[in-house]
Amino acid sequence: MKVEVKREMESTKELRTGSDLLIETLVDAQVDTIFGYPGGAVLPIYDALYRSNAPFKHVLSRHEQGSIHAAEGYARVTGKPGVVLATSGPGATNLITGITDAMMDSLPLVVFTGQVANSVIGTDAFQEADVMGITTPITKYNYQVKNIAELPRIVKEAFHIASTGRPGPVVVDIPKNISAAITLEEYDNEFHLPGYQPTKNPNPLQIIKLAEALGRAKRPVLLAGAGVVFAKASEDLKEFAEKYQLPVANTLLGLGSFPGSHSLSLGMAGMHGTYAANMAIYECDLLINIGARFDDRLTGNIEHFAPHAKVAHIDIDPAEIGKNISTDIPVVADAKEALQALLKSSINMPDHKLWKEKLQHNKANYPLWYERSNEFISPQWLMEQIYRVSNGEAIVTTDVGQHQMWAAQYYQFDKPNRWVTSGGLGTMGFGFPAAIGAQLGAPDELVVSVVGDGGFQMTLQELSIIKERNLPIKVIIVNNEALGMVRQWQESFYEERYSESILANPDFVKLAESYGIRGLKVEREDDVVEILEGVFAYNGPVVVDCRVVQLACVYPMIAPGKGIHEMIGVTK
Amino acid sequence: MKRIITATVQDRSGVLNRITGMLHKRQFNIDSITVGSSETEGISKMTFVVEISDHQKLEQLTKQLNKQIDVLKVSDITDKAIVARELALIKVGGTGQLRAEIQGIINPFRASVIDVSKDSLTIQVTGKPDKVEALISLLRPYGIKELTKTGVTAFLRGQQPKQVTEINSLSI
Ligand SMILES: Cc1ncc(C[n+]2csc(CCOP(=O)(O)OP(=O)(O)O)c2C)c(N)n1
Ligand SMILES: [Mg+2]
Repeated sequence: MKVEVKREMESTKELRTGSDLLIETLVDAQVDTIFGYPGGAVLPIYDALYRSNAPFKHVLSRHEQGSIHAAEGYARVTGKPGVVLATSGPGATNLITGITDAMMDSLPLVVFTGQVANSVIGTDAFQEADVMGITTPITKYNYQVKNIAELPRIVKEAFHIASTGRPGPVVVDIPKNISAAITLEEYDNEFHLPGYQPTKNPNPLQIIKLAEALGRAKRPVLLAGAGVVFAKASEDLKEFAEKYQLPVANTLLGLGSFPGSHSLSLGMAGMHGTYAANMAIYECDLLINIGARFDDRLTGNIEHFAPHAKVAHIDIDPAEIGKNISTDIPVVADAKEALQALLKSSINMPDHKLWKEKLQHNKANYPLWYERSNEFISPQWLMEQIYRVSNGEAIVTTDVGQHQMWAAQYYQFDKPNRWVTSGGLGTMGFGFPAAIGAQLGAPDELVVSVVGDGGFQMTLQELSIIKERNLPIKVIIVNNEALGMVRQWQESFYEERYSESILANPDFVKLAESYGIRGLKVEREDDVVEILEGVFAYNGPVVVDCRVVQLACVYPMIAPGKGIHEMIGVTK
Repeated sequence: MKRIITATVQDRSGVLNRITGMLHKRQFNIDSITVGSSETEGISKMTFVVEISDHQKLEQLTKQLNKQIDVLKVSDITDKAIVARELALIKVGGTGQLRAEIQGIINPFRASVIDVSKDSLTIQVTGKPDKVEALISLLRPYGIKELTKTGVTAFLRGQQPKQVTEINSLSI
């Protein structure tokens, strides 16, 4: 029987391996882009890719970390799972930062790793790493394929788990004997996950409770997180907020879930949030959290977080409810379903004119502020110009640090899925590769990648990709010749002892040029607008080295250990 | 407070690692974990004895367990009518006269001597954790050379005085 099969294949020159089967499953899952990097344990898969005419593209990064952050950017912008392929051992371990980042920020990823052949697993074989052991705590779920027959089911399950409920990364570890195995059989891909049934629809009783609480609230506030974006519930949120005239604060990752320029928007809350948003949370009597997880960078010292409020929390992940902040009205549901249920219930809102006036007063009297330098470009001002010149319509990805906070503060996102940043893990090196995934996921959009001079140097090798594919990404390096956020903390809390936080940088213009990419340097505010206009209009990748004030700080700020009402740097 | 929590889990590879890793990461204090097969093929039962400081932590524990994809059901059975048992093997030094004395101590516990050597005996005791503990402390003066416990395994009695409330995501 076996021999016959072999002969038949030789005659047709058509091998069907586990890898071909894998590609069939990816086609079934409607994958259009894979981010990956080859190596020994995935050679059969790369060979199958080479032979296949599957309707998806493979994007070759220059470091697996680039692949996975690109997949994250893709997922954030499209809402679809980002797909990654890497080899065993070092290929897999190079993905760890990105997998953890996706776990923290609930991004749907399906990550395929090669593995040494089953017969040598556990023998410390060449390029063997315990991927299951390493990735268990940083994945929503993980699999090692033990038998070729289960491959189609596992892949289908992996996509399902990654993209439903609270999204997250799923790893599928594929031993080389499986990807190389020859098979002509069709296998069942039906799955049944009795232990995984995310609750989408809210309990009606809880919705009634929440409606009643709203009916009694004098000082209500909504806090909107990324859960609103994942649930595609921005329109519902807007309708709800407008119907009851509820002010909205956003978390860092929730930016864009509610229009930043809306009169009911209080802006971002948290460590570098606005005075208006933070004080609204401090003083409210009803806080309705929709799809945020009360992260410590949001809450500050939890003793002072919404101390006078009844707390309602809508989340698709029950384990987030009551984890950090005790909750009076838990609602386990998809944000969209919950908002629609709330919109259907009749709520008699008491008048909260005074409250609204107070918040408007805070907004008007304590806006974000910064000092303009006449010598260098002020980074906050730079963000305002990027916002203006891109008409507020760009997809913005950032790295981590001061520039990230300035982008969050000064770029007002009016639409969801346009803000791509690493929140929970705060991963330097994220911003630039994430822009690659974002641009591939949204080919017709202007993608601006705002990065620090420090973080850009962690993953800039991916300039190769944007050259190769002529991705028209605009990289704006907010160059303060410093690990600015570290330097700021050293200034504020370590008496200006700038330990290892001042950078000597390469010539970023020449660097870009060496990749065949246009590079520009801008040092004077007078030139900024014109350069940005030219750059955004240019149909190709550009790297702009923007020299900004070195000693600028991000304000306002809730210092570590302080409460949300104890902000410093609220005014000049 | 000590709580006894049971979980029904799918018998997939790595499930124990996933659960213990989560417990470790989230800093839950585990006294014991037992795992074994259940009445249904492919389904295992786990019993955790945990030391928990407050109600919020307890709720977190059950929710985090429930969140695991392989976990089918989680119950806090501490306050129910349950049968809970563990087994301990205790090796004590003892010759001649002492042996008779030890025999006298273990009899009321329905423990048995399962191995004897020149200068030691090994006792097996099964029961509720406090019974096992009581025997161990009685034997301590004789010099315990070696001790091993299986940890508690438990489930509900056939008859419950009150309705059992299950803890799962739907209860809130
Ligand atoms: C991988 C990683 N290493 C270290 C840090 C700690 N860290 C946070 S912000 C920061 C400085 C970032 O400098 P830069 O990229 O130049 O951005 P800036 O703050 O200057 O805007 C550092 C080192 C981190 N977040 N991620
Ligand atoms: Mg910098």
